Amino acid sequence: MSLDQDLPLLSVKNLSHFYGQHLGCKNVNFDLYPGEVLAIVGESGSGKTTLLNCLSTQIIPTDGAVFYRNRKGQSDNLYEMSEAQQRILLRTDWGFVRQHPRDGLRMNVSAGANVGERLMALGDRHYGKIRDTALDWLEKVEIQADRIDDAPRTFSGGMQQRLQIARNLVTNPRLVFMDEPTGGLDVSVQARLLDLIRRLVSELGLSIIIVTHDLAVARLLSDRIMVMKDGKVIEQGLTDQVLDDPHQAYTQLLVSSILHVGS
Amino acid sequence: MQQKILSVQNLTKSFVMHLQNGLQLPVMDGAGFEVFTGECVVLGGPSGAGKSTLLKMIYGNYAADAGEIIIAHGDQHTDLVTASPREILRLRQSTIGYVSQFLSAIPRVSALDLVAQVARQWGHSEEVAQEKAAKMLSQLNIPEHLWGLPPATFSGGEQQRVNIARGFMGEHKLLLLDEPTASLDAANRQVVLSLIEERKANGTAMLGIFHDADTRDKVADRVIDVTKFAVQRAA
Repeated sequence: MSLDQDLPLLSVKNLSHFYGQHLGCKNVNFDLYPGEVLAIVGESGSGKTTLLNCLSTQIIPTDGAVFYRNRKGQSDNLYEMSEAQQRILLRTDWGFVRQHPRDGLRMNVSAGANVGERLMALGDRHYGKIRDTALDWLEKVEIQADRIDDAPRTFSGGMQQRLQIARNLVTNPRLVFMDEPTGGLDVSVQARLLDLIRRLVSELGLSIIIVTHDLAVARLLSDRIMVMKDGKVIEQGLTDQVLDDPHQAYTQLLVSSILHVGS
Repeated sequence: MQQKILSVQNLTKSFVMHLQNGLQLPVMDGAGFEVFTGECVVLGGPSGAGKSTLLKMIYGNYAADAGEIIIAHGDQHTDLVTASPREILRLRQSTIGYVSQFLSAIPRVSALDLVAQVARQWGHSEEVAQEKAAKMLSQLNIPEHLWGLPPATFSGGEQQRVNIARGFMGEHKLLLLDEPTASLDAANRQVVLSLIEERKANGTAMLGIFHDADTRDKVADRVIDVTKFAVQRAA
């Protein structure tokens, strides 16, 4: 274990966000380490998406700080960066996989261009190289090479989601945010996507913060879990411990509400 | 010389069932014992005595209320009761293994690869890992024509044996055995018994639950009666 991995990638301090008088999330504190997968669970309105949007600088929170350790090992407060610096992070070091592919993809340009766009944003200009990298990534997410020139609007929901993952991972990000990435997909399509994410996480050593209301997704993907209710983190810890031995009334309710179909 | 791998002290656990008006279920009070390298210690007592709860606390799957679970690894000692999630995950990689028939199946990964994965995690080359996995699967009588298929398509008994193969493929210093022989036929039970003997001989410390008295007598160097740790309930 190198020293590098013993320092958090992301360090969240007393993060709170209010929409006017209305509470989004309150006093959130945690560290995320390289290679860790953290799931944020809770029902709609619990503040998990607000938190994700704050962490990824899409919302500037009312209070608190988030320190991100860059590739040079320096730790910077995200909210003291310029907007340009934040945008560079989102385009290079980070990925953001959204629930609806239409929010994360350009539906009317080709699959290859969707993947290549992030490389071009990094200054890559060699068409042949970009296309080769895009092909390589399509293969990794199990999209047939002969679909490279087709627009994602002609893809199934599962394929669109896999394309979104390729688009995000092509720049070798260190941290990927995911907002209900399997929401709205059929169960069998969901299983395939989860399997793919799992494999990529372990091969690439990615750090992931995933928001989901689906505890089975959290169990399958995450090392650690945070349970949110009414904008606050009410329970957190090792994923299997929180799900198998939940302490808070609300967590017990969530866990007991899962339908057990097979295992 | 035998080394102490696990030391449990004053371990206390109760469950609070918030959905049942905060019903308190105290299950364990002041559990204490030690496990050394090269021995197989069996948890005894009737069902409901807390054997499984105890095993799960030692794996970090259940949280203890109080007490200590000290794990020796390298020249360090870590208390699982207060360890961070990261430390627990690291210990599960390096020191504490869990052998169970029931693990969540990972879809779309072949049986051979599932078992080889574990050997790779222990630093074996791809080639050696595949060899070891093949040997383990044939030892556990998984027909070779199934090796390339994901276990999700296997019979219940075959899936259970793949999980056991994974559990024994690791090289953890402390193995927790959660009824690894239950519902196995005589031949496969014998295989698991010999895997346990092998591990014992190379210094692994084991702590397990075995419901079958015959198996228990064969593997146990000591039996710890869990009923003495149970909370005395007022009549």
